[in-house]
Amino acid sequence: MSDLTRLDASETAASVAAGQVTAREVTSAHLDRVNQTDEQVHAFLHIDRNLALAAADAVDAARAAGEPLGPLAGVPLALKDVFTMRGAPTTCGSKILDGWRPPYDSTVVERLRQAGVVVLGKTNMDEFAMGSSTENSAFGVTHNPWDLQRIPGGSSGGSSAAVAARQAPLAIGTDTGGSIRQPAAVTGIVGVKPTYGAVSRYGLVAFSSSLDQGGPFARTVLDAALLHEVMAGHDPKDATSIDAPVPPVVAAARGELGGVDGLKVGVVSQLQGEGYEPGVQARFDEVVELLTSMGADVVEVSCPSFDYALPAYYLIAPSECSSNLARFDGMRYGLRAGDDGANGVEQVMAITRAEGFGPEVKRRIMLGTYALSAGYYDAYYGQAQKVRTLIRRDFEAAYRDVDVLLSPTTPTVAFPIGERADDPIAMYKADLATLPSSLYGGPAMSLPAGLGDEDLPVGVQLMAAVQRDEQVYRVGAALESALQERWGGPLLDRVPELVQGGAA
Amino acid sequence: MTTTSRDALMSFEDAIATFDPVMGLEVHVELNTHTKMFCGCPTAFGAAPNTQVCPVCLGLPGALPVVNEKAVESAIRIGLALGCSIAPWSRFARKNYFYPDMPKDFQTSQYDEPIAFDGALDIVVETDDGPQSITVGIERAHMEEDTGKISHLGGATGRIHGADYSLIDYNRAGVPLIEIVTKPIEVVPALAPAVARAYVTELRELIVALGVSDAHMHQGSMRVDANLSLKPRGRSEFGTRTETKNVNSIRSVERAVRFEIQRQAAVLSSGGTIVQETRHFHENDGSTTSGRVKEEAEDYRYFPEPDLTPVAPDEAWVEALRATLPESPLLKRARIRQEWGLSEHDMQSLINAGALDLVEQTVALGSDPADARKWWTGEIARISNERGLDVAVLPITPADVNRIIVLTSEGALNDKLARQVIEGVLAGEGGPDEVVASRGLAVVSDDGALMEAIDDALAAQPDIADKIRDGKVQAAGAIVGAVMKATSGKADAARVRELILERVTGV
Repeated sequence: MSDLTRLDASETAASVAAGQVTAREVTSAHLDRVNQTDEQVHAFLHIDRNLALAAADAVDAARAAGEPLGPLAGVPLALKDVFTMRGAPTTCGSKILDGWRPPYDSTVVERLRQAGVVVLGKTNMDEFAMGSSTENSAFGVTHNPWDLQRIPGGSSGGSSAAVAARQAPLAIGTDTGGSIRQPAAVTGIVGVKPTYGAVSRYGLVAFSSSLDQGGPFARTVLDAALLHEVMAGHDPKDATSIDAPVPPVVAAARGELGGVDGLKVGVVSQLQGEGYEPGVQARFDEVVELLTSMGADVVEVSCPSFDYALPAYYLIAPSECSSNLARFDGMRYGLRAGDDGANGVEQVMAITRAEGFGPEVKRRIMLGTYALSAGYYDAYYGQAQKVRTLIRRDFEAAYRDVDVLLSPTTPTVAFPIGERADDPIAMYKADLATLPSSLYGGPAMSLPAGLGDEDLPVGVQLMAAVQRDEQVYRVGAALESALQERWGGPLLDRVPELVQGGAA
Repeated sequence: MTTTSRDALMSFEDAIATFDPVMGLEVHVELNTHTKMFCGCPTAFGAAPNTQVCPVCLGLPGALPVVNEKAVESAIRIGLALGCSIAPWSRFARKNYFYPDMPKDFQTSQYDEPIAFDGALDIVVETDDGPQSITVGIERAHMEEDTGKISHLGGATGRIHGADYSLIDYNRAGVPLIEIVTKPIEVVPALAPAVARAYVTELRELIVALGVSDAHMHQGSMRVDANLSLKPRGRSEFGTRTETKNVNSIRSVERAVRFEIQRQAAVLSSGGTIVQETRHFHENDGSTTSGRVKEEAEDYRYFPEPDLTPVAPDEAWVEALRATLPESPLLKRARIRQEWGLSEHDMQSLINAGALDLVEQTVALGSDPADARKWWTGEIARISNERGLDVAVLPITPADVNRIIVLTSEGALNDKLARQVIEGVLAGEGGPDEVVASRGLAVVSDDGALMEAIDDALAAQPDIADKIRDGKVQAAGAIVGAVMKATSGKADAARVRELILERVTGV
């Protein structure tokens, strides 16, 4: 194998299964690639070479013993540092958890292990998944492999950058308001937020419990589907986990459920036009034309409540986070500050939280605390829940008429590091198009749609009804192949070479 | 803040002559489920600190709760037994506040959507005019999780103030609790303390009869918070209330209410105002003192728990649980009292001994109610007091007691021997028959052996025989005593008396 880091996940797994390459060789190649590139990209917060190689060896041993291998066995993966994994720290990009080593595995990690997926390490993220750029990480910013001066999206920016930089063919992120889809869009890869409840949240450190959802990053729709299938499924440890079969996402990604011919695709009026960069709008319009030419029936759909998604989201998510993050009080784990023997317990809690949380986390805790306060609850949290209901109704009405909804994933391409750091509202607007389906709970995918302004990646968002995840994969796979035909190869082939002198 | 000055008190009689007390009682019952409310950790009391914990009940980052169905079942049964409506759809809510005994810094509880609401409990209160029936309205019963337990060490008082350090045991964190809240209780003012006591007593009986909790107040598996306010006679709007915590026995409930009536009356009569606050009850002198004065109103920022789905018990399940409800303790007591012909006093001592069910089960096995009561509220209750244990947890069963009663009525045991059999059973020496055999406790029924002892005794006290022959039959008592002593109490005293009279009078 000339360069194992250029293979898709499905190709890698097939090679390992066929004995053409060992999982150890694949893992070593990716660890080397991380070594060579991560000084520039800073996708990872934690790498444990020995742990990764041991996981790879287990796959090789299973193969040698003739045991059946899963469809992603031996494939390296970059894990967002918001999932607990035994033997590694979990920081959530926060100083307050610096040094904490969870004593238990998240369900997602358990499933990866069972599937023989090799976790290379934990990736950088905005602190507690709050942000759209990774600039809110306490451990430094991650750089976009397309342009190292730009953000890789967020909050799962470490994971998106790792896949775009060929440090891993697969990554896992979490999406609360767009934290998988927006990073996928700005790094030119595929990212999927499954239906809420599809992937267990057990061991996913909560930001906003009613919105958080783990999901895959990959370079192809099929790879994303394969990882989706490994991650998803009912978990009795998560009361909000869906107790129903996982939709046939892999079959859909393989085209086995058909293409887009005859499908009804709705273009959301509220999620385009004003506020969307010309380059973004242009790529989006091309996708719409392409779908029409492929036989899809494209119609315009109006979802008026979507205009209120941003304010509703910025009440609900902070409200839940203000409660979820209360436990970081310095009493049991992580940072403890101000314990000088004179300070009482309340002072130690206050000092620990003042030192341990970054400004964006504090901002949201304060917002949420306020929104839940007696006398304000109805006007803020209560009102936001009503908006959430209206948004859900808009989606339900739309899906009575169309199979999938379509929009740009983000209003702009990746912005320069620092540009929005002091302007929270501008930062929040990066998630304008992704927030509605988060509030609704339905599946949504960001798929590379080409290059926009400054030759940077643009993503198109495909949304479907709750528990119809296969629909986004079906349309995504068809579009992917049509677009690649037009481009003459994967978009990611155009990402700059990070290592001097070409491939390692 | 430590309270040094004693609060001024008005006499109870003066207080109730001027004010009408309004009570609200909140009772927390720790359920006896094997596992915690939201995880699989055991709930057993008394384990080494922090050995019954997991990521969920420690609130570790990423861990998620899952509702214990058995706890929901117990909650529904309590609700039904209290005549409540069971909500077809109810939710958990988060009660947010920072405290180190709460691993998540919020308590998962229920707020405006409790599982059970709008019920009533009938109680009987002793008054000067005899027993009086009162119905206490039940506002709601809801599910929540318990907190961990903090020990403040190094100080003199065991309180946080003055302590050098504190230790936290999270074994109790996440143990299922049911909180039962009354509607405002307004009764004849003089009865208020007794009503509080009778309510908690009756509720405890009900909980024990349901089998959903040990309801041990001294172990904290049943805890009472007493809210009390006064309003000047004739006024309809409620006054400011205080909430007294740490009320750890049924007797204390009565004392705490009485104290607060006297204290608040003194404050109000002298033109002062009642501060809405938490107060702590002190077992030693029956007083309450102010808890920490809060600078701002507590705002728990309740909101629906997003990690849990609603609890929606279907009607068939609720009805199936209704069918499992035991006879109401109140009705049961009335029935038993009548069946056994007991006085109010006898009935009360039976209940106080915690032996009603045990006596009933013993009677069901064939024993006479009077015999069964004698043993359970006599010797066995005495030993349970000595050991500081409930009668029900002693290792002696109604079947054992029934057997002892049978052996006694057959004459194989006398009362003294029966007490030794009880002692043997409690010592783990086996059932009554085994104890009789191994300790050789059978009554000496061999007349020949007894005759020998009688002759010896008569010979030792020659004047007694003459007295008996002169008609002073009671003089035989001295010989009976001597014979009992000689046979180590194994003789049947009645038979010994017969034999003495035969021997002396030749009849």
